[in-house]
Amino acid sequence: MRSIYRTLEQGLVRDVAALATAVGFVGASFGAIAVADGNPLWVPVAMSLLVFAGGAQFMAIGVVAAGGGVIAAVVGAVLLNLRMLPFGLAVGPAVGNCWWQRVLGSHVITDESTAFAMARSGDPVRSRQAFWLSGGTLFVVWNICVALGGVASGFIGDTDAFGIDAAFPAGLLALILPSLKDRDARRAAVCGVAIAVATAPFLPPGIPVLLGLAGVGAAVIPVPRKKVARP
Amino acid sequence: MTVIAIAVLAAVTYAIRLAGPLLRERVHLSDTVKRLLNTSATTLLLALVATATVTEGQSFAGWARPAGVLVGAVLSWRRAPFAVAVLAAAATAALLRLAGVA
Repeated sequence: MRSIYRTLEQGLVRDVAALATAVGFVGASFGAIAVADGNPLWVPVAMSLLVFAGGAQFMAIGVVAAGGGVIAAVVGAVLLNLRMLPFGLAVGPAVGNCWWQRVLGSHVITDESTAFAMARSGDPVRSRQAFWLSGGTLFVVWNICVALGGVASGFIGDTDAFGIDAAFPAGLLALILPSLKDRDARRAAVCGVAIAVATAPFLPPGIPVLLGLAGVGAAVIPVPRKKVARP
Repeated sequence: MTVIAIAVLAAVTYAIRLAGPLLRERVHLSDTVKRLLNTSATTLLLALVATATVTEGQSFAGWARPAGVLVGAVLSWRRAPFAVAVLAAAATAALLRLAGVA
């Protein structure tokens, strides 16, 4: 194990630090918004420690604040988190093989840690390093910043003014670009995007992305090739 | 949010997360299926990037965010460092908003 951490790539550490900075801002804004909505500080803190899924946390707090009720909040957040099942299937080997690695590692399966692991999926050791370093760092940074944001609620303005909402898609996209070099993956992903964006105006958040999974069908169906005329 | 709601959400989310690595270990997968799982994760992530870029809830997110993501995407494609692409995406969206673009 020690030899793995001695040889951490500099590039990985730098990239994780960059994304962790953005995660910190979003965490602080989550803590601030949750407390401003009238929740006691322990609510955002407990959610961040136990649920640890930014999108689902924002949705649950938002639904309750809008008067949608607790059940709708939980159902919506669970739908949003369903994508982590296929993520876990894909990054299972990067999480690890012994029970404590699975128990701890599963909790830090996120969009970001999946993307970090997938970006190095050709090399099992580097993929595992990327998963654990990104997952662990983001867990620590997210929880500290949510608590700080909750305490400083009222002092934190709209993080959209800093363009943080654009930093996330841009970061994830940068991480999955290498996977898109594969022609089948590219076709599947483009079909998935088309399905998700076309259905997004009509369906609750979370569902369009799951429907996008149907795009994988495009990678399975073989492309018809021109027949070579035999003499 | 109540204690019970948070506990239920946390338990279900953890079960969803743990199911992946556990299933992956129990079932023997052919190379084709392994490749398909990687393709599925990539497809989900790109679909997530797309919806997070252009939508806010069920409506259009405005022009500043997609413009920022586009700048980040071009920089990543041109092999700019990760941090540069992410910062440029945020800066573009922030400056557009400062200039009054929604």
